[in-house]
Amino acid sequence: MSDEFRLELRAWLDTHCPEEMRDGVADENSICWGGKTWTFASKAQEDWLNACASKGYTVPTWPVEYGGAGLNRAEEKIFHEEMSRINARSPLESFGIWMLGPALLHFGSEEQKRHYLPPIARGEIRWCQGYSEPGAGSDLAGLQTRAEDKGDYWLVNGQKVWTSYADKADWIFALVRTDREAPKHKGISFVLIDMASSGVSTRPIRLISGASPFCETFFDDVKVPKQHVVGDVNRGWDVAKYLLTHEREMISGAGHMMGAGRSIGAVLSDEMGGLSDTTLRAAALRNEVNAMSVALTLERYKDMAEAGQGAGDASAMLKYVGTELNKNRLELMMAAGGSDALDWDGRFGSRPGDWLRSKANSIEGGTSEVMLSILSRRVLGLPS
Amino acid sequence: MNTLVPTQEEIMLADAARGFLDAAAPLTHLRALRDKGDTHDPGLWREMAQMGWAGVLVPEDQGGADMGHSAAGILARELGKTLAMTPFLSSAVMAATALRHAGSDRLNALASGDLTYALAIDETAKFAPENIETTADQQGNGFRLNGAKTFVAGGTTADRLLVLARAKDGLTLFDLDADRQGIDRTARAMIDATDAARITLTDVEATGDDVIGQLGDGMTVLTPALQAGQAALAAEMTGLSVGAFAMTTDYLKDRKQFGAPIGSFQALQHRAAHLWCEMEVTASAVAHAGRQLDADPDNAALAVSLAKARACDTASLAVREGVQMHGGIGMTDAHDMGFFMKRARVATEWLGDYGFHAEQVARLRGF
Repeated sequence: MSDEFRLELRAWLDTHCPEEMRDGVADENSICWGGKTWTFASKAQEDWLNACASKGYTVPTWPVEYGGAGLNRAEEKIFHEEMSRINARSPLESFGIWMLGPALLHFGSEEQKRHYLPPIARGEIRWCQGYSEPGAGSDLAGLQTRAEDKGDYWLVNGQKVWTSYADKADWIFALVRTDREAPKHKGISFVLIDMASSGVSTRPIRLISGASPFCETFFDDVKVPKQHVVGDVNRGWDVAKYLLTHEREMISGAGHMMGAGRSIGAVLSDEMGGLSDTTLRAAALRNEVNAMSVALTLERYKDMAEAGQGAGDASAMLKYVGTELNKNRLELMMAAGGSDALDWDGRFGSRPGDWLRSKANSIEGGTSEVMLSILSRRVLGLPS
Repeated sequence: MNTLVPTQEEIMLADAARGFLDAAAPLTHLRALRDKGDTHDPGLWREMAQMGWAGVLVPEDQGGADMGHSAAGILARELGKTLAMTPFLSSAVMAATALRHAGSDRLNALASGDLTYALAIDETAKFAPENIETTADQQGNGFRLNGAKTFVAGGTTADRLLVLARAKDGLTLFDLDADRQGIDRTARAMIDATDAARITLTDVEATGDDVIGQLGDGMTVLTPALQAGQAALAAEMTGLSVGAFAMTTDYLKDRKQFGAPIGSFQALQHRAAHLWCEMEVTASAVAHAGRQLDADPDNAALAVSLAKARACDTASLAVREGVQMHGGIGMTDAHDMGFFMKRARVATEWLGDYGFHAEQVARLRGF
């Protein structure tokens, strides 16, 4: 049965995946985000998106009635294998797929699912996420953007920060405070807002590493229809929690295999014409030992998930060790590059920018410290 | 088998081993042996042999259970949790592997527990198996062995020794009865109370029948044995880490100071969580080493060295945090944490420490 599916899929991919789209994820500039104002980089990119969308392959496991292909776990695995086989790029990347989609599938009304999901699947509507605020980062539940009950709509005032691509998105899903008297976790609602609404504005945020997709997003007396709330009013924290767990359990499918790819020692040795600096060599060696072991850990957790043993809160470990490892690796790359790696646009290209940007890895998506607190309380059972 | 998740069979093996060891060799067993000055419990080894542990790597037609290296790692891990003192690593894992490669006829006796072995290799303080000066001079049809071995784990109580010596044709492995004339064994007072010996060989006579593998090519049978031992020892060290960590988290929950359990202090929470993460990462490397030895033993060097390197690091952290987080009582001999710290140090040096194995990784990864 699955062999038939595989062969049919393989044949379809052969016909419909343009040659130009068979280079894996070449770089950030080749990602297709979709949306109302999207300009396709090439006809091939557009054709690939449309072909996949017509079969539900942008969101293969979503139900067919919402724009997906309705694939089960086994079929999904085959799908990814066949895509990998021809090194096919993902046709569409979006917060709508990764975050809002799962939230709507779990908490949304039937009407909301039928209204919002198909345009996500087709890449017609581009979404961004409005969670953090200047005063609410790690303590997200302390958010203050407020929504006042005006009868048939909510009046939203406040500010979000770290909203990726807000200046390019069509819609935003945001956590807002709908009850200022209730305990902080119990007065939050999950709402959908049209970025074209009157009162919504954005400002890009420049990082220490240069330009970034991050923005500040301002809400100035923005009217949000009541039916734009997902799930129950004041129960938005449940939706947020579900998405956080879902996010952490999404183990990277691209975890690099043991032995594949060159070791950091080989890379540094080539760059520097040998690794005679014994301190640097020792540090690189330690990183290599850790990198291979972390790759094996990703594999083991994937094996566990496939065996039906979801990691749950333990996946905070993967974020913690992976990000600290990546930061360490870039420290080594900068040391190896020496003063030649100090130009923004020098011999090593984006390396100094990548090094600076990597400092955010242990902060965004939950800081390393928050990961350790989650592990200590929920996995080790230590008392609070 | 390429999953890093234990199979149902493996889970059952681990559970059965745990049940047996909690009764037969809890930490009190180690303490009792240590207090008496004993380093071996023959009755315990007989029971383990009856369960097939001595023959875990021996073919069935030679009286073994032939369960493979992942299974050996599972047993080693359970042994490590309560620091059980047995000849498992020296005999059941390393000697069995060497003898199996050489086609020895002593495997039945090894699997039944009737014969125990120790490997007499090390001559320097840091593990360097080919850096030896013990000689095997040709004497007519035989050999005369002369030299000194500094760290022979299990060497005082073992029935037989696998001795690495330099013959005219090169490094050669000999299988000798430990009582042979000219072999002198001195028990070392090891900090972890385990059996280790210094052994001198003075004009020890051996024949061609005593050679394991080929004359001048001892490393061909010794290398797989060392790799098997390193992987199993890495597994034992993860068990040691688990044992120390469990004791530590229990203490964090029970011990109250300043009106609160000390486990509620964020600094300790974060350090405990960090240690848990290190243990999870090391467990993956150890699982992989067992799988690789079972699936492709000729290409297991990288996997094994990765596992042993990580295990040394993680066990060291687990015992240092273990003592520190227990405060004053962790420093008393009456408390068991000291046993974990001492065994971790010995296990680190045995068969190559972090530096040794990281260098193997470097060599195999093009540094």
